[in-house]
Amino acid sequence: MTTLIDRRSPSRGPSRRNILGMIGATGALMISGLAVINPREAWGLEVVALKPETMRTLIVMARDVYPHDRIADRFYAVAMKPYETDAAKDPALKALVEEGVITLDTLAKARHGVAYADLGWEDQRVAILREIEDSAFFQKVRGGLVVGLYNQEEVWPIFGYEGASAEKGGYIDRGFSDISWL
Amino acid sequence: MAAPFDLNDDSVVVIVGSGAGGGTLGTELALKGVKVVILEAGKRHNMEDFVNNEWESFAQLAWTDMRTTSGSWRVHKNFPNLPAWIVKSVGGSTVHWAGASLRFQEHEFKTRTTYGDLDGANLLDWPITLAELEPYYAKAEDRMGVTRTNGIPGLPGNNNFKVFEAGAKKIGYTEVSTGRMAINSQPRHDRGSCQQIGFCFQGCKSGAKWSTLIAEIPRGEETGNLEVRPESMVLKIEHDNSGKATGVVYVDKDGKTQRQKARIVAVAGNSIESPRLLLNSASSMFPDGLANSSGQVGRNYMRHMTGSVYGIFEKPVHMYRGTTMAGIVRDEAGFNDKRGFVGGYEMETLSLGVPFMAAFLDPGGWGRSFTSAMDGYVNTAGLWIVGEDMPQETNRVTLNTEVKDKNGMPVANVHFDDHPNDIAMRTHAYKQGAAMYDSVGAVRTLPTPPYPSTHNLGTNRMSEKPRDGVVNKHGQTHDIPNLFVSDGSQFTTGGAENPTLTIVALAIRQADFIAGEMSKNAF
Repeated sequence: MTTLIDRRSPSRGPSRRNILGMIGATGALMISGLAVINPREAWGLEVVALKPETMRTLIVMARDVYPHDRIADRFYAVAMKPYETDAAKDPALKALVEEGVITLDTLAKARHGVAYADLGWEDQRVAILREIEDSAFFQKVRGGLVVGLYNQEEVWPIFGYEGASAEKGGYIDRGFSDISWL
Repeated sequence: MAAPFDLNDDSVVVIVGSGAGGGTLGTELALKGVKVVILEAGKRHNMEDFVNNEWESFAQLAWTDMRTTSGSWRVHKNFPNLPAWIVKSVGGSTVHWAGASLRFQEHEFKTRTTYGDLDGANLLDWPITLAELEPYYAKAEDRMGVTRTNGIPGLPGNNNFKVFEAGAKKIGYTEVSTGRMAINSQPRHDRGSCQQIGFCFQGCKSGAKWSTLIAEIPRGEETGNLEVRPESMVLKIEHDNSGKATGVVYVDKDGKTQRQKARIVAVAGNSIESPRLLLNSASSMFPDGLANSSGQVGRNYMRHMTGSVYGIFEKPVHMYRGTTMAGIVRDEAGFNDKRGFVGGYEMETLSLGVPFMAAFLDPGGWGRSFTSAMDGYVNTAGLWIVGEDMPQETNRVTLNTEVKDKNGMPVANVHFDDHPNDIAMRTHAYKQGAAMYDSVGAVRTLPTPPYPSTHNLGTNRMSEKPRDGVVNKHGQTHDIPNLFVSDGSQFTTGGAENPTLTIVALAIRQADFIAGEMSKNAF
């Protein structure tokens, strides 16, 4: 998790009162200055090239695209962080992402009167994503996410996948044929 | 011990590609005392360099140079620049293959005769028979150490196999086993036995799996007659005024253009690169490309009728533990047109890790339907279906003159549409695969679309008559006697079987022919 700022240090973290004041429909994801923060998971992600609100929306969108209730926000944040890094070097990408998020918010406000990330139900947000799923913005985010999320070694144990095995001698003595329920 | 041959040495056999066809042919010729230079586009990796990580390994081994696609196949939509999942590395796709080693069935060499005239299918009988190939199949099986041949025991079944086997037996299949695999079940030919690592597709780190990289090429090099030049991308085959091949132009590892002279040129760059090279070698004498008087170069591209079925169960399977392709059902492999299609198919266990499962389970898919399937990963069993697809003239590798590679050569475009027979067979196979898993308690089954092609066949096919194909029964081009094709692009039709064993058998047979002709001072 080196790509995220650890907010466990008390001097850098937002005050408890501020946190309580900021919690809204987006659950634990909040904006603090130039960062998206998640006090519950004790991390923050500084955003310079993109607007912090844009990154927050991207992280919410990432979970809506690949919702896993056992996977914490920080893994979605790690998967979305490259858009911040790449947007700094690539104005076309930056425009694609910022405009894509504006579209999401415009649709959300027209349907429900609030921004995309503030919609309370996943179904409401997913309905909006279905409207834009053929767009370059959606395809870019989904295409990056399918690798950026599922290729994180830290998420593999959540799926029960054990990863590399050669250095452990393979599975010949570690359960390759241990199935017992058949 | 590599034998460096001079660029101007016109007595060498130049082979383009080092996979199942090229690596075997080069080694076999070297063992017979023939001097060989293999030009391989990819790098040379050792087995300890292989990585047990799907995307990292993909970056290390896969052919990711630009290609384009067209047609109604779903690969075009989801992976427009990755028509095939094959290898750019010394050893070619034998580094990545799963090891299934099956002989063709007798009728699969005679599909035009057996299946008749099928609308839209460009069926043709092979110019060779099973009987002619049998001695070479036997040699290939011995050389590759195929289990259940030559007294070699079968591999033990892993968890994925046990679910597959129980389901197969429950619905009445009888031909189910851990198959014939070129993976050592016991130490043989200086290679150890399978450690059930998994990651067979990522290059076997124990050396139990046969590949030309570890089991053939080093033997050839020991003779002093074989030189392998990695990172050597062949651009063009040259010929003289008599129409005889004289050598090849290639870009070496330093980016310099070189010309290697040759007595014989054999093309073994896989069914996409081999026709691309012949087409890119067009000259004033051969304006449509080399060996293309029939117009068949690049046509009849086959990729096998494929697909996967995954079954999610209530309890853990851990399908990724152990051999990736751990077993086979052969009951549907024969010809039985009562099923509503010609040809047959195999079902073979398959597993993917979490990263590739996410990429390939339902490409482009998202939302809870997708993620709930991913959440069932540890309880999932998987199988792959591989069946005979119909050759069609319009399924085709062509040059895309709009897109050039870094050497300025037009890239290959791969066009593919399923034949109605392919679709009928896939529908049948999805149903049977799901029935197997349902019978042992699957709570959900997932009919998964074909991955980018791993079995690429037919684009320089064998034919008895020059007008019907590109090469004769020895893989020798009809048009140019000292130009050969030595990979799966020779296949007249695809059969239901994984193609590697047949490619190796044909290469051993071709080596006999080439050495024999050379001794008669042909070429």
